[in-house]
Amino acid sequence: MKLKWAYLAFLTGIAGFLAGCEPLLVLDPKGPQADTTANVIWISIITMAVIVIVVLVMLTVILLKYRASKQDPDYEPPHIEGNKYVEGIIVGIPIIIVAFLSVVSTISTHQVENPPAGYEEDEPLVIYASSSNWKWHFSYPEQDIETVNYVFIPTNQNIEFRLYSHGTITSFWIPQLAGQKYAMADMTNYLNVVADEPGEYFGRNSNFNGEGFAENEFAVTAMPPSEFDSWVEDIHNTAEPITEEKFEELLEPGHLGQMAFTGTHQAFQPAPEGENSPHNHGPSDSEDDGGHHH
Amino acid sequence: MDFLDRFSIPPHDDPMLYASIVAIGLVSIAIVAGVTYFKKWGYLWNEWLTTVDHKRIGIMYIISALLMLFRGGADAVMMRLQTAVPENSFLNAQHYNEVFTTHGVVMIIFMAMAFIIGMMNFVVPLQIGARDVAFPRLNALSFWLYFAGAMLFNISFVVGGSPDAGWTNYYPLAGTEFSEHVGVNYYNWALQISGTGTLMTGINFIVTIMKMRAPGMKLMKMPMFTWSALITNLIIVFAFPVLTIALLLGTFDRQFFTNFFTTTDGGMDMMWANLFWIWGHPEVYILILPAFGIYSQIIATFSERNLYGYKSMVASMVIISLLSFLVWVHHFFTMGQGAVTNSIFSITTMAIAVPTGIKIFNWLLTMWKGKIRFTTPMMYSVAFIPLFTIGGVTGVMLAMASADYQYHNTMFLVAHFHNVIIPGVVFAMIAGLIYYWPKMFGFMLNERIGKYAFWNIVIGFCLAFFPMYITGLNGQARRMYTYSEATGFGPLSMLSFIGALLLAVGFVLIVYNVYYSFRYAPRNVGDDPWNARSLEWATHNPVPEYNFAITPTVQSEEAFWDYKKNGYKLFNGEIKDIHMPNNSGWSIIFAGIFFVFAFFFVFHVWAGVIIAFLGIIGCMIYRSFEKDDGHHIHKEEIEETEKKFGGAE
Repeated sequence: MKLKWAYLAFLTGIAGFLAGCEPLLVLDPKGPQADTTANVIWISIITMAVIVIVVLVMLTVILLKYRASKQDPDYEPPHIEGNKYVEGIIVGIPIIIVAFLSVVSTISTHQVENPPAGYEEDEPLVIYASSSNWKWHFSYPEQDIETVNYVFIPTNQNIEFRLYSHGTITSFWIPQLAGQKYAMADMTNYLNVVADEPGEYFGRNSNFNGEGFAENEFAVTAMPPSEFDSWVEDIHNTAEPITEEKFEELLEPGHLGQMAFTGTHQAFQPAPEGENSPHNHGPSDSEDDGGHHH
Repeated sequence: MDFLDRFSIPPHDDPMLYASIVAIGLVSIAIVAGVTYFKKWGYLWNEWLTTVDHKRIGIMYIISALLMLFRGGADAVMMRLQTAVPENSFLNAQHYNEVFTTHGVVMIIFMAMAFIIGMMNFVVPLQIGARDVAFPRLNALSFWLYFAGAMLFNISFVVGGSPDAGWTNYYPLAGTEFSEHVGVNYYNWALQISGTGTLMTGINFIVTIMKMRAPGMKLMKMPMFTWSALITNLIIVFAFPVLTIALLLGTFDRQFFTNFFTTTDGGMDMMWANLFWIWGHPEVYILILPAFGIYSQIIATFSERNLYGYKSMVASMVIISLLSFLVWVHHFFTMGQGAVTNSIFSITTMAIAVPTGIKIFNWLLTMWKGKIRFTTPMMYSVAFIPLFTIGGVTGVMLAMASADYQYHNTMFLVAHFHNVIIPGVVFAMIAGLIYYWPKMFGFMLNERIGKYAFWNIVIGFCLAFFPMYITGLNGQARRMYTYSEATGFGPLSMLSFIGALLLAVGFVLIVYNVYYSFRYAPRNVGDDPWNARSLEWATHNPVPEYNFAITPTVQSEEAFWDYKKNGYKLFNGEIKDIHMPNNSGWSIIFAGIFFVFAFFFVFHVWAGVIIAFLGIIGCMIYRSFEKDDGHHIHKEEIEETEKKFGGAE
């Protein structure tokens, strides 16, 4: 048994060392949504650590105290059926813990599914993020530009990413800004993201989608709104317009570097939302299918 | 040659693959040559391949499970080796995708399922004092269908190509648009065939446990493993039909151009994910409940105490079985179904922690005031408690929907489910195998080698999987064949690889232990080598064909203990002729034709499909009109056997 404890201590040491020298991405949030999830994770880690410690202590004490080598050879363990008070405790305390975590989970899930506090009233910046094997296409309908494999966003502004896919199911994830959400071919998902500070953030598709999955990444750059506006200006001055033909070419399976275009593919290949949803069977139920819920 | 082209594997620039094809060929030839040389074909056919004896079928399940463990384990080591250092080129992306897909399918469907069903086969009839299961011939068919499915799946990488869409096989990735070659057809048919076998097992064991218990064994006097088997089989009967239908819809999509899961013409890719997990989550409990049953037997035996809180143990399993059907959405909180739905499934998922917690504390309280002996099976059980608790609490963490948006699809998840499945299911099955080994073969496995294996496996497990929690929180997605050095995943992934090697050493030691003990272990272990408590220990080691010479009469859930210590009488009456079912080659032939049917179906060879289908119908007609009244083992023969074991009671 000693070996095992030494070994667990060693592992905890490694974990501590790693946590000490560089914060883990998910626990190093740079926006209110990721901040909420990081807090939930810490709350659950601490609560769960208490349970693990209780079990470990009970187990250690029992093993030390009741092992056969420590006991009288004539000792005959008693027959114990159970005790309603003891069983009440081992049912009651877990129920209290689960109830507490259920409340935390419900509140925080509602928080991250909606625009973060302070941004509810603002008009969000809409960016369509769509995946194809093995790329991400970002369309900015208001700015009328489109990028591939990178996305620039203004800080302190709610970005509404509208997620969908040109094929396989992918999952849009920027660990330091917000939790992930699926991008699928037949419906559009909505993800609210706010970046608190300017910086470069790592983003990727986390859902396995075939041969090019490992490299299915994108770069996120957050910058002050003024810089963002001049970047948009730049694209308009330098980039070529995106055409239907060009876009079909981009959809071919493979990897592309970073690209920028004027115009968006929404003009000729709109996202599967509202009347463009494949599950939309007429105007009467268009609210239910692909409708936009906040 | 167009016809034959379909059977070739898709272009692969990987020499490893060709090396393994050669290795498989050589091993197959060696096995056939060996059996022929030692003139064992007759023995093999008469004693094993045609048997309907639940003990032999159980042993065949367990041997198959161990073979699959090594197949899936080799996949695991390859994955850990590939990701041990950044930018490694040991496997390319396509090969890595095939390896993790087969690893998942083989370990869940063909290793863990076979292991628990094998254990139930061997133990349950003995624990309830029955001569066999309710439908012995059906039981043999279940095994051979499972085996046919396993073999079909395993030839995929030699003939036609392995599935490569992950063990979850999500559409549209698994559809013909993105996975053209036959790999996913193999997946559909291999799981379909073995799943059919599993469904039959479910029905068979429910009937066995409900109808064939020894006199006096009321439901609340059943040993805990039998309780776990009953609940498990109820879950099987409710969950597996969902898989059957989902696989069938997938087959229609891939082979008959329907659009159930495609992204066009009204198809819904998410429908597969839902159906898959409506089966898949109960499947998790199908695996873990029998493991809980095994631990309950072992912990009680080696604490020399009765199981604490018998009633709450049963109640918690019933609650788990109900909840297991109400949590499937937690596998895709990120699908965009909104906060309300996610909150509901978050709460139902966390609720499972309560009955599971009851079980953990009941095991602890069983050891309390006990007299704990650290045998190898007990050491696995003792290691299980804290390790499974860690796996369980990380499960609660994953159940919090908002946080799951950060854990989903990462190595954190991979760490979690290995953390429940390995200490939960795998440790239990190894412990159970060592515990019941004398019952199966009449000698014990060596304890010293067993303990070396134990430490390798426990330390290897921790080293292999704990680092994944950290890299997951650091943004490492699962199923990536490689990563750049800048990510910083390198050192911890190397640690994981070292852990995987230790695990491999542990499993090799277990096999060596079988060889060593077979050669050197004494054969006179007696009928009760562990000082055990439940009814299966009231018969001889190894168990004679008829299980009990006289059907026992039971008064408590610890029938054997009460017989030993409290003088309860188990065997009333005298030895009479025993009626037993006959062996039959029908099951293996029927399953063999099923294999051929599915193989041709995978490759769209319709002439072959039709001929095999006629064969299947023919087998069923033959069975319908076959008259087989079984045979009797005569009184004298039984008395003879009992005398050899040292006399009946």
